[in-house]
Amino acid sequence: MSELRSYYGRPVLKEPVWKQEIPWYLFTGGLGGASAVLSAAARITGNERLARRSIYIGAASDAVSPLLLIADLGRPERFLNMLRVFKVTSPMSVGSWILGVSSSASSLSAFLNAIRRFHRVSDAARAVAAGSGAPLAVYTGTLFADTAIPVWHEARHELPFLFGSSAAASAGAAATIAVPPAEAAPARRLAIGGALVENALMVAMVKRLGMLGEPYKQDEAGRYAKLAKACTLGGAGLLALAGRRSRLASIAGGALVLGGEAALRWSVFKAGFQSARDPKYTVIPQRRRLEGRS
Amino acid sequence: MSPLAEPTGQPAAWPDTYGEEAKERMGFFTDTSVCIGCKACEVACKEWNLVPDDGMVWTGESYDNTSELGANTWRHVAFVEQNEPLRLDGDFAAADGGGDDALRWLMSSDVCKHCTHAACLDVCPTGSLFRTEYGTVVVQQDICNGCGYCVPACPFGVLDRRDLPRHSGDPPVEVFGVQLGKKEDGRVWKCTLCYDRLKGGHEPACAKACPTDSIQFGPLDELRERADKRLEKLQSENWNGARLYGHDPDDGVGGFGAFFLLLDEPEVYGLPPDPVVATRNLPAMWAGAAVAAGALVAGVVAAFAGGSR
Repeated sequence: MSELRSYYGRPVLKEPVWKQEIPWYLFTGGLGGASAVLSAAARITGNERLARRSIYIGAASDAVSPLLLIADLGRPERFLNMLRVFKVTSPMSVGSWILGVSSSASSLSAFLNAIRRFHRVSDAARAVAAGSGAPLAVYTGTLFADTAIPVWHEARHELPFLFGSSAAASAGAAATIAVPPAEAAPARRLAIGGALVENALMVAMVKRLGMLGEPYKQDEAGRYAKLAKACTLGGAGLLALAGRRSRLASIAGGALVLGGEAALRWSVFKAGFQSARDPKYTVIPQRRRLEGRS
Repeated sequence: MSPLAEPTGQPAAWPDTYGEEAKERMGFFTDTSVCIGCKACEVACKEWNLVPDDGMVWTGESYDNTSELGANTWRHVAFVEQNEPLRLDGDFAAADGGGDDALRWLMSSDVCKHCTHAACLDVCPTGSLFRTEYGTVVVQQDICNGCGYCVPACPFGVLDRRDLPRHSGDPPVEVFGVQLGKKEDGRVWKCTLCYDRLKGGHEPACAKACPTDSIQFGPLDELRERADKRLEKLQSENWNGARLYGHDPDDGVGGFGAFFLLLDEPEVYGLPPDPVVATRNLPAMWAGAAVAAGALVAGVVAAFAGGSR
């Protein structure tokens, strides 16, 4: 590979027009989806307090998520056009429907839980929220991967798993904050396990990407990644050591994991912009592909 | 055929969906070897399509002060100055005005590629982007809600959202007292291959205005034949670096509806050397997402394995 040739060093691709609402939505969408799954599992195993508080967390996240997405539109008053068609070729179309279903179901279940009526309807709604919650927590990885942005498209094998584990950690961490330690053991394990898997996946992904892993380590994306690593691992460690005994440690550890997972979403978001801005991340891998073919 | 199936040569479902209204697939062949950099295409496009002014900048990059395609630029003429001979046989002196100086000046009018397999169209969640009866790709402005997904999906960086400062007199949209849409006009815009002119039996404004026929408009099959002949001629005359770009129906986007004859590698003009439509990998990506969703559920179940409290 000779030196990079480009047009006055200008980018080949356009940076996304997405603003801060999108990385925050990655976080709230993941938190909401995974919380519904956690709530359903808690309900089935008879941990009522965990089930109840997790569905509240899920419903709250699912209520914020559409607002974030609508606020980011260029024409927010046209948000309903998202439900005009269903397109399997568009992860955003599929995701809009998933979010619509999951959000409705979790808010219904949370409402019925709050008024303590219609338990069967509440359980059915919770089951729907959990069933659509898992896809809700991972589809955003597919959405990012289905673009021309080099560090997103080439990370397509890892992104849904990275976002899924990040969502699991977030849901576990939020429940650890909301539920007394004696009843929060599964949430604690989920927060610790999710954080460990997420960190391992991030390291493996950046390593596999080689040159395209660079943007994840540089500038803003790199700073967010470092922050994410420190917070998630620190929080997970605190939960593992003292989460069982101390309510304060549970809250602190859970908050650290939550903050760290938000930082992780920001890191992936920013890395995409950075890779679009520099033509070398577009041109060099494509050149190598062409040379490999000939 | 499944909308996700590996496609070949023809846009998905086109032209069957149009029945009797189906037309021949139309496109551009931009032969940059005769481009003189007059920018008549840029001007004609702006005029005909009422594309707004987006500011004046002096870039210092040869004669190019437009820089890139975007929401407010649907034709862009690139200028590249090189110390390269125009011809390979050493007989370039005449073409370059005499002397040993091997300076050549490349000019190329870039445009939306109207891909056979268009990522923008695939990912558009509202159905605003659609395939016309001419096989071109167009944004329906009454439907676009400015989600911006097509912007990073395009492997050429063609589409962008129009976010200009709002002119006075046009009040922002207000919802519960919150001002939304502070910019003009929040929708995505790109070349329509002059859909309105095609409907009226005219060629697109840029092709009409081009004084050297560098921009040729016509049925895509004809253009491809013409391009092959032109390339053969240039190669027989030893033109340095002559090649077609985007004419191959087997490339990563199934061939361009608007393809080019270039005199150097695509990246020299700011074009990707091997563009791929991201949705080509979407079936595998959906499968991966399904496994990831399953793994998330399994992870939650595992968290309860040590007891529910």
